[in-house]
Amino acid sequence: MHGLQMIFLVLAVVALVSGGFVIFQRHPLRSALWLIVNFFAVAGIYLLAHAEFIAAIQVIVYAGAIMVLFLFVIMLLNLRQPEAEVRFMHLGQKVGGIVLAGFTVLLVIYTVGKVALPPGKSAPLGLGNTESIAKLLFTDYLLPFEVTSVLLLVAIVGAVVLAKSRLK
Amino acid sequence: MMNQLPLLIIMTAVKILVVLVVFLTAIAYTVLMERKVLGFIQLRYGPNRVGPWGLLQPLADAIKLIFKEDFTPPEGNRVLFIMAPIITSVTAFLPFAAIPFASQILPDSLTIYGHKLDLTVAGLNQGVIADLNVGLLYIFAMGSLSVYGAVLGGWASNNKYSLLGGLRLAAQMVSYELALGLSVIGVLMLAGSLSMVKIVEAQKSMWFIVYQPLGFLLFLTAAMAECARTPFDLIECENELVAGFQTEYSSMKWGLFMMGEYCHIIVASALCTTLFLGGWQGPVLPPIVWFVGKTFALVFFFIWVRGTFPRFRFDQLMKLGWKVMLPLCLVNILFTGVIIQFLQR
Repeated sequence: MHGLQMIFLVLAVVALVSGGFVIFQRHPLRSALWLIVNFFAVAGIYLLAHAEFIAAIQVIVYAGAIMVLFLFVIMLLNLRQPEAEVRFMHLGQKVGGIVLAGFTVLLVIYTVGKVALPPGKSAPLGLGNTESIAKLLFTDYLLPFEVTSVLLLVAIVGAVVLAKSRLK
Repeated sequence: MMNQLPLLIIMTAVKILVVLVVFLTAIAYTVLMERKVLGFIQLRYGPNRVGPWGLLQPLADAIKLIFKEDFTPPEGNRVLFIMAPIITSVTAFLPFAAIPFASQILPDSLTIYGHKLDLTVAGLNQGVIADLNVGLLYIFAMGSLSVYGAVLGGWASNNKYSLLGGLRLAAQMVSYELALGLSVIGVLMLAGSLSMVKIVEAQKSMWFIVYQPLGFLLFLTAAMAECARTPFDLIECENELVAGFQTEYSSMKWGLFMMGEYCHIIVASALCTTLFLGGWQGPVLPPIVWFVGKTFALVFFFIWVRGTFPRFRFDQLMKLGWKVMLPLCLVNILFTGVIIQFLQR
């Protein structure tokens, strides 16, 4: 068990640190690359929880497809130079930002303190299986699943309409 | 059990090492095979100076590559420039870990210095490095990551041609990954599992190519596009982009890109063998011979296609991917589902 905990700690640290880098990098391409590292760490944590299917999908969909599109857009826009530093910032912006951030932190601490989290345990063996997830998706959660597909279809149609209108 | 753990880890490492060495040799000789076969297709000899029939040519190539000047463009991003070929070759090797190349290569238990060792632990006796229960998804995951090498390499080179090559590859990979993923759904329906070993075992009586001829064709085409081979090699289209994303690369960094490409060809062929051609199953000959034979028959097919077809235009490539292959994949899934449903009644 000790070995697994060590692996979890390493993955958690990698996830948090890379998440931090995503925010603090000035260059959008570097942020995107750190986000990929973050996805890998999270996929590793899924693996530790015996959710192999989710881990594989995480890598295929997020790291393998969505981030490629992100990189594609960043490179097409040719953001080679980082954005010029913001020289002037209104005092109201600074104060407002700090107050809002503090409020969010308090809210998170309050909520986490209030909820009694169940002791951490991995999913029962087989729950991470493709078969059991598919069974759940197509029986108990059929309606949400189909509604999500329709939503995605609407998004695709919207994207096509937007792209076509610009061509005319 | 516990005191056997170090020994089992060592044995797994040895197994990985053996597979890797064989695999690397196979890559080197696939390059030679391509040059020879292309030579015969074009009515010339191909390499025949180094060793008998040019058999030592890969060795000479490797030595030449290692000792060439290693140039890094001063304007580009140094770290990403170095990382890109590493990403390409590593993600190209990794999928092979889940591909079963034989049924059973070792007995169930071994006795070493009086210690009885249970080899069924972690599938050490099986002819596969790791029989994952999401094996196919793992292979696709690694395949989808391989695009980063070329995209980052193209960007880090700070060269227009490189960048365009990288961007083309990104668009091509995302488009054809859909067709690649959807073309194997029929196989999954028939086998009822994502584990590569179970998929091979499900083809005991009949290869899946018989039930899934359209799926096989779609998979092979999509795999060819994923490997960015002629007729889909728009990323390194010489008359437009010099050499695409690898324009600025030289020496062994370029060699790693090349290794990645041939590695992809072998992995795609091995995957096709496993999914559609019954994997290592076959009469009389030992399983490993069947697996290698089928895989290299497909590698030969890849080379044959390169020697035969001209290159697509980019809009043709996108049209083929989205307007022909994707609908055909969906039709294939629909028909497979309907037929399975009727047969089960």
